[in-house]
Amino acid sequence: MNKIKSIQIKDKVKELFFKANFYINSDLMQRLEEALEQETSPIGKYVLKMIIENNKIASREEVPICQDTGLAVVFVDVGQEVHLVDDDFKEAINRGVREAYQEGYLRKSVVDDPVFERKNTKTNTPAIIYTDIVSGDKIKFMVMPKGFGSENMSTIAMLKPADGEKGIVDFVVETVKKAGPNPCPPTIIGVGIGGTIDKAMVIAKKAIARKIGSHNKNVKYEAMEKEVLKRINNLGIGPAGLGGNITSLAVHIDYLPTHIAGMPVAVNVCCHAARHAEGIL
Amino acid sequence: MKEAIKITTPLNEEKVIQLKAGDFVNITGNIYAARDAAHKRFFELIEKGEKLPIDLKGQIIFYAGPTPTKPGHSCGSVGPTTSYRMDPYTPELLERGLKGIIGKGLRSKEVIKSIKKNKAIYFAAVGGVAALIAKSIKKSEVIAYEDLGAEAVFRFYVKDFPAIVVVDSAGNNLYETEPPKYAK
Repeated sequence: MNKIKSIQIKDKVKELFFKANFYINSDLMQRLEEALEQETSPIGKYVLKMIIENNKIASREEVPICQDTGLAVVFVDVGQEVHLVDDDFKEAINRGVREAYQEGYLRKSVVDDPVFERKNTKTNTPAIIYTDIVSGDKIKFMVMPKGFGSENMSTIAMLKPADGEKGIVDFVVETVKKAGPNPCPPTIIGVGIGGTIDKAMVIAKKAIARKIGSHNKNVKYEAMEKEVLKRINNLGIGPAGLGGNITSLAVHIDYLPTHIAGMPVAVNVCCHAARHAEGIL
Repeated sequence: MKEAIKITTPLNEEKVIQLKAGDFVNITGNIYAARDAAHKRFFELIEKGEKLPIDLKGQIIFYAGPTPTKPGHSCGSVGPTTSYRMDPYTPELLERGLKGIIGKGLRSKEVIKSIKKNKAIYFAAVGGVAALIAKSIKKSEVIAYEDLGAEAVFRFYVKDFPAIVVVDSAGNNLYETEPPKYAK
């Protein structure tokens, strides 16, 4: 039995949102340096150099990498031996987000009613919270400030089983092609296949946070990841969409069992910052 | 790579027609940040026949909403937001004398037509390099719609703000001409 107080949750969430917004992950930084070597377009190289320099400034000065400090997405795996004490769990997470966005000079980008008033909540809450109960006595957090330049280019298709691998690959590549410069290439593409329409998108989003360039354990899905990435980079969109051979840095495909009549495929596009931070209580 | 061309605001037709798609520029002078919500309010004023909070003639609008300014800095992190969301509003503002736009991403056919007609220019700032771009912003102040928070209208005094001409006054569009060179 591990008693965890709400103040610990609040503080952990706050710490992780600072980390994600100021410090680019080292696997991504490495991939960006690699991309700079591989890119042949002069404008593409210029863009990649700016991205790398920006990331160094952000971490050195603890200022946001991007002005779109995103919608606060929080994935929590709660060990079933954890006993949450004090305050309400979700309220603790939201408090952590509120404090991070206030004290970290992060942008408040959340509006209340999405259609009519669109009044800024001024707190960057409510957060989007996904909770899973797992075995063990720890709470594992993954926070992802999700910017909407990339989110707006994301989409889903309810393909037929008969559409097969070709249908999946074509759909993902077409999605990236339509997005062009808008999601701040070079992108990381999270793909979720299977489950239900909603679950497919959740696993697509989580897939973004995999180690950059890591592959699905199933060799057939790994081959699909490589094929999609190759075809995306053959589009020539390039860094910032100004032409080049690095349009995406990685494609991460995850899958779940699904219904006999379906093959949902969700594409969650992420920009070159791919901000996420993990922590454990 | 070509050397960046230094330009100052306000712009005029003479300055604009000399710039070509693919030119790198360093912008010095005042620019105005306005995005979705501010544009919507501009349009409400236009519909009522009222004056806008800024005189657009010769000015540059930067589609951006910065993070709050950290103590010791002149501006928060700020980079371009995706331009297509402002497409419905843009032709009218160009008709009213707006000369330059800094954003990122594709524009509609109507916007490109209006850029050509009004001898205006569309610059791309690199997206996601907001800490770097902030270094070129020497002064930042809210000049309208403070209640909109990050979506307020800001006046930024910039020095050597880095941008690339993506659509010039002749309608040449870098987003259309460059990718095919690298497509396989």
